Amino acid sequence: MLRRSFLKILTSSTVLLFSGLFTPIRLFAEWKDSAFSAKDIDTAIGNYFPNQNIEKTDQIKIEIYDEVENGAVVPVKVKTDLKMVKSITIFADKNPNPLIANFDLTSACIGFVSTRIKVSEPSNVIIIVNANDVLYMAKKFVIVHENGCG
Amino acid sequence: MASTIRLKTKTRDDITTIRLIVRHPMETGFRVDDETNELVPEHYIKKISFEHNDKLIFSCDWSRAVSKNPYLSFMFKNSKVGDKIKITWLDNLGNNDSLESLIE
Repeated sequence: MLRRSFLKILTSSTVLLFSGLFTPIRLFAEWKDSAFSAKDIDTAIGNYFPNQNIEKTDQIKIEIYDEVENGAVVPVKVKTDLKMVKSITIFADKNPNPLIANFDLTSACIGFVSTRIKVSEPSNVIIIVNANDVLYMAKKFVIVHENGCG
Repeated sequence: MASTIRLKTKTRDDITTIRLIVRHPMETGFRVDDETNELVPEHYIKKISFEHNDKLIFSCDWSRAVSKNPYLSFMFKNSKVGDKIKITWLDNLGNNDSLESLIE
């Protein structure tokens, strides 16, 4: 009996140990809490990209419906021809926490990302692209009828 | 148990398109449970990373405002059918899952 419970402990602790070992280090890199928990768009952008100028551009194409019934599932597609895209960041300015998602691209990637987000009320969906360490912004207004954050 | 990650890949020339859905509730913490009338605690994926032949190529930082059962698509170059792709996610409760697959 004793031996069996000892083996059980041994097995479960081994599983714990190994699951820890095999989680890539990247996943423990910083998640910018100060920007994700910000409650207004200016603070969210300012905390995510501190002290950086952001240029308006028409080189970011945002595909999103003009009007969406259910804010819980709003498809967003971002395409850009800007060179050396290092990140694509999505905000919705009226969400309780405007910062929605950041995507870090490497030089192997095409300037493209597609996902689905929650939008709480009619908002500007704001996209910020880091291309060769210059920040560019574009936005598109979306009307939602049903709060997607509840 | 079946993987939480459902992956589809398509390679044309040397460009691969990744499309995936992760089975995850992505709870915001604002939703009230219909039966208990209590708020469902927040539970969402914070990070996902993608490795192509053991090299990190794409990674995400997410908030609870990514939709339930998150969908994601992106594209990368210099790849061919049979290359290795590894996906790993981590959520705010410390749960994680990963999937290793070969590019089609």
